[in-house]
Amino acid sequence: MTTPATAAMPASSKKPQVQKEDAMWLQKELINRNYQELATAHERGKKISATFVPGNLNELLMCFDFARSLPETNQLQNGMRKKSGKFIMDAERDGQSEDVCTYVKSDLGMMLNGQVGPTGDPLPRPDLLLLSYTGCFTFMKWFELIRQKFGGETVMLHVPYQGDGKINPNMRDYVVKQLKETVIPALEKVSGVKFDIDRLRQYMRESAKAEEDLVAVLQSAKNRPSPIDGYFGGVYYIGPIFTAFRGTPDASKFYGMLRSEIEQRVRDGKGPITPDGEMTSERYRLVVEGPPNWTSFRDFWKMFYEDGAVVVTSTYAKVGGLYDFGFRHDPDRPLESLAEYCMGCYTNLNLPQRIDMICKYIEEYQADGLLINSIKSCNSFSAGQLLILREVEKRTGKPAAFIETDLVDPRYFSAANVKNRLESYFQMIEQKRAAQH
Amino acid sequence: MKVFIGIDLGSTTTKAVAIDEHQNVLGRGITNSRSNYDTAAQVAKQEALLNARYYLFRQELAASGALNGGLDDFVGQLERDFRLEQFLEQLRDLEEVCLTNTASGKFAQGTKAVGEALLEVFKRLRDEAPAIFAPGARRKSDFFRDIAGSRYHAVGEEVAKEMGVPYEHLLNVFDRSIIEVENRVYIEGQRSQLLRAVDRTFLALPQTQSRTDKIREPIERVLDTELEEVYVVGTGYGRARLPFSKEHIRSEILCHGLGAHVMYPGTATVLDIGGQDTKAIQVDPAGIVENFQMNDRCAAGCGRYLGYIADEMNLGLHELGPLAMQATRTVRINSTCTVFAGAELRDRLALGEKREDILSGLHRAIILRAMSILARSGGIRDEFTFTGGVAKNEAAVKALRELIYENYGEMTININPDSIYTGALGGATFAFRAFQEGQVARPKEAAH
Repeated sequence: MTTPATAAMPASSKKPQVQKEDAMWLQKELINRNYQELATAHERGKKISATFVPGNLNELLMCFDFARSLPETNQLQNGMRKKSGKFIMDAERDGQSEDVCTYVKSDLGMMLNGQVGPTGDPLPRPDLLLLSYTGCFTFMKWFELIRQKFGGETVMLHVPYQGDGKINPNMRDYVVKQLKETVIPALEKVSGVKFDIDRLRQYMRESAKAEEDLVAVLQSAKNRPSPIDGYFGGVYYIGPIFTAFRGTPDASKFYGMLRSEIEQRVRDGKGPITPDGEMTSERYRLVVEGPPNWTSFRDFWKMFYEDGAVVVTSTYAKVGGLYDFGFRHDPDRPLESLAEYCMGCYTNLNLPQRIDMICKYIEEYQADGLLINSIKSCNSFSAGQLLILREVEKRTGKPAAFIETDLVDPRYFSAANVKNRLESYFQMIEQKRAAQH
Repeated sequence: MKVFIGIDLGSTTTKAVAIDEHQNVLGRGITNSRSNYDTAAQVAKQEALLNARYYLFRQELAASGALNGGLDDFVGQLERDFRLEQFLEQLRDLEEVCLTNTASGKFAQGTKAVGEALLEVFKRLRDEAPAIFAPGARRKSDFFRDIAGSRYHAVGEEVAKEMGVPYEHLLNVFDRSIIEVENRVYIEGQRSQLLRAVDRTFLALPQTQSRTDKIREPIERVLDTELEEVYVVGTGYGRARLPFSKEHIRSEILCHGLGAHVMYPGTATVLDIGGQDTKAIQVDPAGIVENFQMNDRCAAGCGRYLGYIADEMNLGLHELGPLAMQATRTVRINSTCTVFAGAELRDRLALGEKREDILSGLHRAIILRAMSILARSGGIRDEFTFTGGVAKNEAAVKALRELIYENYGEMTININPDSIYTGALGGATFAFRAFQEGQVARPKEAAH
């Protein structure tokens, strides 16, 4: 399963004139700092946890002083830095099939290559593998593979799927019970730190603050022109909150700064910042479903902004937590709220919920249509996507289109093919508009 | 007269269509895409404009009554004579380039001998050229590179043996020269070539000689008519390489959708199987694209797959369909992976299957893949139009008809003999519409 999303720009970026918001520079600093903390954790007497982005229990892990590593994020960083291709091939040589999720293979390949992280800092093996979201079956297998090859304590939290489109009290109680009886004792044991619920409440208070600001940033795209790109820019915005920083004062500072920057852009009537500068003409407003491609991220983005296409909102920017319909981490009900958070992430929604959400987005963000980026590696996202497409088309009457790429396997990104489909889609929107006049 | 042009730069061939202000198709041109899209686009366009002249010749000659009854023979002969003139000019060019390249080649003492051998080769090629373009003569290809290449190889081998020159030297000179010649566009000489061709035609058809003036007059009138390129639209795989500004480039999916609609206004679903992609397109009653799906990253099940199969079997691409039609049963083929095509084929042959039966299975496998892409785009609706190079393959068409009947029932299936020009026709129609909407043509370079 595919998760985000700390898309810090590669440090070795060769084009110095890349344009970014100030908050983006801060974001990059945060992400790099986390890699340094991971590199030195053992020297500093700290334990390292690995956990996946959707439904991650960052606040809880911080209560036990864990340094926090997010495996999908490490791999998307490797993808952006053009390192994943070799890792994947190494993992295949080690026995993984071509059809295995490429995040998994890139991670295994990275481990086979001596545990150096994307930034070049050492990335020591985790002491604890915390599986806090089971909506992606591959996550479970991923940690199993790591445990098999490299060892490490594993803890599993089983998260019920929203098969009926809602979270009922039984489901919540079931998760809370596991947190109390299995997860927290295991974290205490591995870390040697005693659990303090007030510390958890304090972190959650910070989380809620940052979440409020994040929602304001993402929803700023309802403006015309949109001041942000809710997909390509969105992955930068969600970086800190979906990973090791949610619950920290740093994250609150980042989101406060980002929000005021974006609100200024709204007041100035400005479009999004792209790597090539500010986007001045907004010709198409799209909703995108599915994760981005990381190995050709810039080229992919460019295909949009050079044609004046802005993604006003995306489901992917909700993969580590769905906040825009009201959920916030609640310090008054800490464990219950963590349970609801785990069950509420985007890929834990059933098909009708996803369709409803996309239709609502198209309406609220005044989008021209839906674009699906279907990922070879990720069945959690891809299964049912054509059904989503048809239904959204039918309900909204807006044109939809479908492209296919992969997360971090560079062999599965065909620029010509993707560009062909995107151009066709943009022109299709144009034609439909002309026909309506 | 005002002309609107669509150019479809495909991975294998480049097509151009010219239409007039009433959206009549005036001319079509096709050439191999080479590795040089600029040249391919120019050559295809020239071909289409030339073809437009023939269309106009026909019209004018018919109106003048100068040829009563003999019109088709005359224009047919004229086309062949013109091709011959064109061929001879390119051959002269090739000879010159070959001689220059011989001088700079590393043949040491052999240089002089190679030069002499070349002169002999080209003399023979010139002598046999009229036969290549004689009525009823069969050519495997109409592209200069193919014709000149295959004859050069054959004649070169003879000459090399007779004159005691290493054959590889002649091949080497050819290989170094052909790309340069192939990438040249001959625009200037067209009028005089046509007039020379007219003279040849009079000689070939003695019965017309008493009316030469009457025939020549409408032809010259057509030649004096300026074909004003009002608007050009480019599409296809190489579209980004066209020296046009953005407004002059349309997606091939939109062009195929519109082209199919122009050919068959009742079209609802379009399937296009080209060299390296397969597209399923749904259009509304006005020809506007509503939905589309394409093959993903790999070219499995596209025209190129048939190309590999043909190579593996040592057959021409156009021989595959007819051979498959002779099948008595259809071998079940699972993979349409182009990379595995050879292995799959040899495996079946090793199992004792007949070539035609295997081929029948391969064609069905391609169409099965297309059916899945069609299903993903929203299925097949009446009327259904099949386009692209593979639509010329009868075995593919047969498999498609069967599978459509099995899955969707009775359906109108349109296949136009000129379906290879669908994208270019859509482009030309977009060009016409753009003009109508009052846009001004803005090529980036004046060269076009």
